[in-house]
Amino acid sequence: MIGELGHFALVLALVAALCQGVAGLLPQAPARLHRAAIDLQALGLLAAFVALAVAFVQNDFTLVYVVQHSNRDLPVAFRIAAVWGGHEGSMLLWTLILAGWTVAAERSLAKRDATHARHMAGVLGVVSVAMLTFVLFTSNPFIRLLPAAQEGRSLNPLLQDPGLIFHPPLLYLGYVGTVVPFAAVLARMLSPVVPAGSPELWVRWLRPFTLWAFTFLTLGIALGSWWAYYELGWGGWWFWDPVENASLMPWLALAALLHVLAVREQRGVMSLWTGVLAVTAFTLSLLGTFLVRSGVLTSVHAFASDPKRGSVMLALVACTLGVSFLLISARAARLAPVRAVPAYQLWSREGLVSVNNVLLVASCATVLLGTLYPLAMDALGLGKISVGPPYFDAVMRPLLLPLLLVAAVGPWLTWAAVDMPRLWAQLRLTLVLTFAAAVAIPMGLVAIYGRASPLAVVGLVLAAGLLVSTVLHAWRQRRGGAMVWGMALAHAGVAVFAVGVTMVNTYGVERDVQLAPGETTTLADCSLRFDGVTPARGVNFDSLQGRFVLLCPGAAAPRQLLPEKRSYPGSQMPMTESAIVWGVTRDLYVAMADMVGTTPKGPWMVRLQVKPFIRWVWGGTVLMALGALTASFARRYRRKVAHD
Amino acid sequence: MKPRQRRLWIVLAVVLAAAGGAYLVTQALRSNLVFFLTPGQVAAGEAQGKTLLRIGGLVQPGSFTRDGPALSFVLTDNKHTVPVTYTGVLPDLFAEGKGAIAQGQLNAKGQLIATEVLAKHDENYMPPEVKKALDDSGAHPATPADKAKP
Repeated sequence: MIGELGHFALVLALVAALCQGVAGLLPQAPARLHRAAIDLQALGLLAAFVALAVAFVQNDFTLVYVVQHSNRDLPVAFRIAAVWGGHEGSMLLWTLILAGWTVAAERSLAKRDATHARHMAGVLGVVSVAMLTFVLFTSNPFIRLLPAAQEGRSLNPLLQDPGLIFHPPLLYLGYVGTVVPFAAVLARMLSPVVPAGSPELWVRWLRPFTLWAFTFLTLGIALGSWWAYYELGWGGWWFWDPVENASLMPWLALAALLHVLAVREQRGVMSLWTGVLAVTAFTLSLLGTFLVRSGVLTSVHAFASDPKRGSVMLALVACTLGVSFLLISARAARLAPVRAVPAYQLWSREGLVSVNNVLLVASCATVLLGTLYPLAMDALGLGKISVGPPYFDAVMRPLLLPLLLVAAVGPWLTWAAVDMPRLWAQLRLTLVLTFAAAVAIPMGLVAIYGRASPLAVVGLVLAAGLLVSTVLHAWRQRRGGAMVWGMALAHAGVAVFAVGVTMVNTYGVERDVQLAPGETTTLADCSLRFDGVTPARGVNFDSLQGRFVLLCPGAAAPRQLLPEKRSYPGSQMPMTESAIVWGVTRDLYVAMADMVGTTPKGPWMVRLQVKPFIRWVWGGTVLMALGALTASFARRYRRKVAHD
Repeated sequence: MKPRQRRLWIVLAVVLAAAGGAYLVTQALRSNLVFFLTPGQVAAGEAQGKTLLRIGGLVQPGSFTRDGPALSFVLTDNKHTVPVTYTGVLPDLFAEGKGAIAQGQLNAKGQLIATEVLAKHDENYMPPEVKKALDDSGAHPATPADKAKP
């Protein structure tokens, strides 16, 4: 019953989306029709989503999707998370989030420019029709299984983790959020030319939405990386896995977009480039969905492997690109402001934002190349290859290090042109402090770690310079409100992130050792004793719990560490649960790999790791997200629209 | 600077940056490609001239030996085999008779000195490359599900 209700609601949403597309794009459509369609579609999707969640909570094993991802033993929280634990449900979540963004964006833009908002609703309706057709005909979560199964297959144990509950929804909020700038730009080109002298409300309106999408995407990626670190990755935090790249590419495009949007809003320049970036960001999100969901990739995330799904998604990506760029090339002028735009020199704030954009887009392109090259080779029958992490490390480094410099200098520059003597005077303190850091950092590294690698020194000095510059600049402009503080937070986040990446890549230690019960080994400056293994029982798994005692110099009491080896019945897949002692300047990581002999009472292979400053990696990303969120609440974006 | 001059400079900078970038990228890409081969392709000599390899197949039952952290096993597509040595920690899903991929370099004796062993996902999952390797050799082993059927 609940399955039919959900299915019906999904069909209703598709019909509503169709109405929304038509009502939004046809000039003679009755006013307000698109608004009703938007609401109906959102309600339908919400109902479908709730129906699927109810089916999961009740363990309705007449639905194929529930059978594949749930189980009587599965705790209720994970049953709800299992709604988006597989392909069909996660695509449903995608469309639900699309409806959510549509409701919010259309209502808020309608207050400023009703025609533009209606056209945007039309574009969003078309996107939604495409996605809902995809869900209904290739990935329907409400397909019945008759006769019903007795028991479900349960959720992949890797995914039975609190991280999974929040990772996909956050990621999708960000992914799908790129549709707002995309639809706004496309709708702008469908809307009538603005008469000269009228204010451009939509550019200012668009920036908070872009910032929110960026916030969600950043948090989603950070959460995924953190989850991989403690659950999956044997202590790695980024693997250059194609699926990770699929989320990184829209992130880089969004980061470029929100910088250039600020310039577009305040100076009126770079309007064509803004449009191109908005289209690119959304296309990359679609491409990401395609990569993850089509099964062309071999990865943890790629569970679906249905060629039909892949080709539909690929056709969608191609259509989006084709239509958008045709529109942009035909009507680029409508993106530009009607007033004359001020000229600027390359050495100015606008100039440095374009350098920032070149670097971000170039890194996005290199990630795209490394991700798609193996697929293209395979498709052309030129052999199966993969591109290893060293490629990405080698290529991203020369692109991201200059970005730190640009972020440090950029905010100090003035628009249009720079008064050099004044800039020197302002930057003097920053330069002195950075120079001091450049002297202190290598000495500190040698003192603590015994060696200072040149690359680490460069990375740390640039990060320190960025941090100093950001703090001093924010202090100077402290009355600038949320805009200034948002930028400062985000740039400080970049610096913190850079410190984390540099330290963990240069000074991380990884050791695999064989330990018998009673033996002691060293981990960083601590001693680690292995006391053997005890069996334990969890909610829906059996586990072998290792007992380790860690004694660090300066610590009052020894700490007990309990890494686990779990096995889930119904799946012979063992799971490694690591034990991590976390700290601001380093994590100590213990994971039990496998037993050496035939009995768990014997020796075990244990992986030990020291991860210096790894928390800074996620700390930095969270700061970036907070910065974007803060900037979105700037007064200029909240101010009521004057009807003059 | 006149606008025209400025545009010239920008174009020049972009071209230079693009050329430099393209050079760096192709260099990095070329030296970091990992070629995927099946044991059959290795036997046919396709590994010649390729430094970094991924070899995928089934872990031959009974071939797994361990001496502390050093271990060795044999990858097979049920026709040809490649011996693998590896030091370190194996992924959770590594087991005899299951699919696995080992990445590393071949030595003169035809042994793969692996730096990484991959075996992923759930127990029914088989990397597409491994499945293809088995299909190509025409010797697909009976899966547990097939045996369970009456």
